[in-house]
Amino acid sequence: MTDSVGAVMVVGGGIAGMQSSLDLADSGYRVYLVDKSPSIGGAMAQLDKTFPTNDCAMCIMAPKLVETGRHRNIDLITNSTIDKIEGKAGNFKVTVSKKSRFIDESKCTGCGICTQKCPVEVVDEYNKGLKVRKAIFVKYPQAVPLIFSIDKDYCIGCGNCERLCKAGAIVYSQEPETKVLEVGSIILSPGFDEFDLVQKRKEYGYGRFPNVVSSLELERMLSATGPFGGLVLRPSDGEVVKKIAFVQCVGSRDRSIGNPYCSSVCCMFAIKEAVIAQEHNPGLEATIFFMDMRAFGKEFDDYYVRAEKEHGIRFVKNNRISSIAEDPITNNLLVTFIDKGNLVSEVFDMVALAVGMTAPKDAKDLSEKLGVQLNPYDFCSTDILFSPLETSKPGIFVGGAFGAPKDIPDSVSEASGAAAKASSVIASERGKLVTVKEYPPEKEVSGEEPRIGVFICHCGINIGGVVDVPGVVEYAKTLPNVAYAENNLYTCSQDTQKKIREKIEENNLNRVIVASCTPRTHQPLFQNTCAEAGLNPYLFEMANIRDQCSWVHMHEPAKATQKAKDLVRMVVAKAGLLEPLTRVPIEVKPSGLVIGGGLSGITAAQELSKQGFEAFIVERENELGGLMKRVHYEMVGEKKDVQKKLKELIKNVNSDKKIHVFTNSTVKDISGYIGNFKTTIDQNGEEKEIEHGIVIVATGGMEHKPKEYLYGENDNVMTQLEFEGKLAKKKMDADTVVMIQCVGCRNDERPYCSRVCCTEAVKNALKVKEMNPATSVYVLFKDIRTYGFSEVFYEEAAKNGVKFIRYDDETKPKVADKKGLEVKIWEPFLGEEITIKPDVLVLSAATIPHPDNADLAQMLKVPLSKHKFFLEAHMKLRPVEFATEGIFLCGLAHSPKFFEECVSQASAAVSRAATILSKKTLEAEGMVSSIDEDICSGCGTCVVICPFNAIEKDENGIARVTEVLCKGCGTCAASCPEKAASIKQFTDEQLIAQVVAAVKEVN
Amino acid sequence: MEEGAAEGVTQEEEFEPLILAICCNWCSYTGADLAGTSRLQYPHNIRIIRVMCSGMVHPNLVIDALSKGADGVLMCGCHPGDCHYLEGNLKAEKRADALFLMLEDLGIEPERYRLEWVSASEGQRFAELMKDFTDTIKSLGPSPYKMY
Repeated sequence: MTDSVGAVMVVGGGIAGMQSSLDLADSGYRVYLVDKSPSIGGAMAQLDKTFPTNDCAMCIMAPKLVETGRHRNIDLITNSTIDKIEGKAGNFKVTVSKKSRFIDESKCTGCGICTQKCPVEVVDEYNKGLKVRKAIFVKYPQAVPLIFSIDKDYCIGCGNCERLCKAGAIVYSQEPETKVLEVGSIILSPGFDEFDLVQKRKEYGYGRFPNVVSSLELERMLSATGPFGGLVLRPSDGEVVKKIAFVQCVGSRDRSIGNPYCSSVCCMFAIKEAVIAQEHNPGLEATIFFMDMRAFGKEFDDYYVRAEKEHGIRFVKNNRISSIAEDPITNNLLVTFIDKGNLVSEVFDMVALAVGMTAPKDAKDLSEKLGVQLNPYDFCSTDILFSPLETSKPGIFVGGAFGAPKDIPDSVSEASGAAAKASSVIASERGKLVTVKEYPPEKEVSGEEPRIGVFICHCGINIGGVVDVPGVVEYAKTLPNVAYAENNLYTCSQDTQKKIREKIEENNLNRVIVASCTPRTHQPLFQNTCAEAGLNPYLFEMANIRDQCSWVHMHEPAKATQKAKDLVRMVVAKAGLLEPLTRVPIEVKPSGLVIGGGLSGITAAQELSKQGFEAFIVERENELGGLMKRVHYEMVGEKKDVQKKLKELIKNVNSDKKIHVFTNSTVKDISGYIGNFKTTIDQNGEEKEIEHGIVIVATGGMEHKPKEYLYGENDNVMTQLEFEGKLAKKKMDADTVVMIQCVGCRNDERPYCSRVCCTEAVKNALKVKEMNPATSVYVLFKDIRTYGFSEVFYEEAAKNGVKFIRYDDETKPKVADKKGLEVKIWEPFLGEEITIKPDVLVLSAATIPHPDNADLAQMLKVPLSKHKFFLEAHMKLRPVEFATEGIFLCGLAHSPKFFEECVSQASAAVSRAATILSKKTLEAEGMVSSIDEDICSGCGTCVVICPFNAIEKDENGIARVTEVLCKGCGTCAASCPEKAASIKQFTDEQLIAQVVAAVKEVN
Repeated sequence: MEEGAAEGVTQEEEFEPLILAICCNWCSYTGADLAGTSRLQYPHNIRIIRVMCSGMVHPNLVIDALSKGADGVLMCGCHPGDCHYLEGNLKAEKRADALFLMLEDLGIEPERYRLEWVSASEGQRFAELMKDFTDTIKSLGPSPYKMY
């Protein structure tokens, strides 16, 4: 008997909370998602674009918002906070109190008539006070749930909304509610708050000078749904901004106001805003004033370089702006900074302050009520070595920015990782409290004349700002078989899904087209909407009029509109020929292959085991551990002895009956597909075969062997890891140590940042000082990138006398061996070259991808990034999975990162994998080959050419497709001399219809 | 603004070809999306048809397109080794040889068909290719099969 509960409470519904909730709900657990705000979405809902891909934040988040909002196993508990908690891991009783909305949630349809007629205007927090909203409101247009709230602080009780609400949803007398929920575990993802600019940094004039804005206010200006439709205008006079300054580290890296840590995201945030602002205000001059440019994430440095070289953004480094002055007549702003050693002042139209991230305001309250400890800065304490997801209280986990300031992909990884941790507590209860999604019976449409519905998206101004969307709608109505056409502000929003279902019903539609963005991200959402309306999901098509029209022909609105019409005509022609398809069920093998046995691989295997699945680790070396074998101590965490921890981990892995370890082994061949992979392992020349449901790539990375600075020529020149090995053996007796950063990266050959080396250098410098405070340590660097709480150690190192000297590409250090090492470096503050004679020269060498990645990528059919790390399905929102279903990645295989981040990602990969492994059967893709047996001549061309052995000849000599094996590549269709083979959804007839429609305008 | 002015001034209308780009879902279509998210501007003459793999396209489809009025067809697949379906792109490459023979028979200039590899991270390359191919087709003039 067990008294565990198969439900999890997630506190905070930002991107992290949503990801945790979706993972849990998709792998067999009930989820209560509690958010203090009336709608979920968190900070990401306020963003216009995201770095480094410039994806539209709302576009990529909307599918997740909608999915979270309508998931059967997620209960949204909005406007609510935690009151009290009792019990222990496995069985908590949580009391939640819900503030009144003064709206009956079950009745409100989100139609918005109430807000139109409400006479009271209130400052709109969502738009950072730059716009007004009404006293009855939703936070943002795509809000989930789309239920209005009355702001009682401002409501004058005129009764307009009550009179107008046809649903009778207004309840002025609504009382707050309290409920008690039973859950097995809890995930905290309340996010962050902004640093208080008004009170704590008065010298920047924020709140006094109208044209000094925060980075988030600027973000709202950049947004199509923001106050100025995407233009950056001066609050003082509404003039178009032509010259803007970004001032970094406002409320971060600043002990004087109690925030000595780095907020991690602001550097990239500023670059992104500068680039996008330039796009929205052509000719805009943007300058970023910063101390160190912390572009440490995957492909961030590429973005930084592009911003400078291609977009002409001006970067002024090594500058913390001390104050800003205003010309009271023009409201222009005067920024004083240091340029080549001189103090200079420059005038700007607007200044954007990079507002730092602080712990959420209710962190202390949450900590007291739940009994979890906070760190000195009120973020959640995660003080156990390599356990970034665990709070001080068992059964309570943390994801996203509440653990430390972080960006979206890291938050998403952590959120998935926390979901794995939270569910492993209650793995025995999987499936007990969930309901299965049921769709209405499918309407029979074969034989019916096509009746096509076309839904055309404005995408805010992303499409509508260039393409004449109403014109395209009118045109669509004239096309053959089109029974209905309309435009939507955001076709992906939850209310539009409802509308699409209604229109399918009202107009008896049997084919649906959405003309908006890319089917790669949005097709599943709309297909699901079709299924909910009783339409087979394959009776759906998309035209991509954003990525192929408005965004790539921005300056030719007429041409873009014509092209949008053409693209719609092409898919209308195809849609008329679409047929319903069925999906074949596939059995799932409840086990996973983990390639690589470093910390990431070990963690992934252990997490799989905790979830109740078998794991196979394939490790090329003769023992587990990977790069972790070369690291000896850490600065954070309770037990700092890394090797002891590693021994413990290996012991646990070896005694775990569900984990099978293959050392001295490589993967020789992988065949099969999601749910059913078959792998041949080569162990010391002996072949072994295993079957498994998923694959996790955790192949790790390597420390680069430097070619420069006398490495390999002088024994006293070594890499950071080699140096650490010596320090651990106490074999270090040096009077002077010099460290050179960015060796082998951030150069032309490897233009990326290896992320960990600055912190590694600081760690080893501190260790040297600890061993002998008299030793002189110099760190020669380009930018110090000790992001997050590591910044505190950088500060400590400087305080302990470690000397940091900045260099750039033109002033690289020169190293010579003159009967002893000699390092020459330009000292920018002295303005002269200095000579240091170190006993030891330590090179912070790049972290490089494993050379075997290329072979493995080819075997798995997954892509590599331009820097030869593995490339995930989506840089922001799908950081640990590949586009190919059933294959995941984590750790250094993805990009350089810290151990804690490897643990988060490995746990995240398992969480994503559990959404597959927790099911007995999955449904195969319906888009497979079909062979017309009346036409097939039995020539056998397709049998030979099929790369997946999915076609055989039957007893009559006719080709037959094994649908589960078929991946729908269509090689057979293109090779069949009789044209008997075709791929459903991409038949010759359908493709020709598209071609004909493209070349010849009908009507 | 400048463009509008130029349009007004030009007397004879410039030849605006119609070009089909057939893109595989996994690499090239994704590359085209990246060109979009990166706001890389390229000629409006391109109409993209999404297929799952360059290897699924029967040569007849290309012939159909060029003989029914398209001025050019650009087939885009994954780089060799990157194909989501192992070697579909290489099959497309072999078919291209056959296609050129067919084009010769029909009296269509071989330059009107091109096979190129574009990866998911090559938004820039996608945009450049579109520009380059459009220029090629513009210099060739309208397809001999153009029906209007």
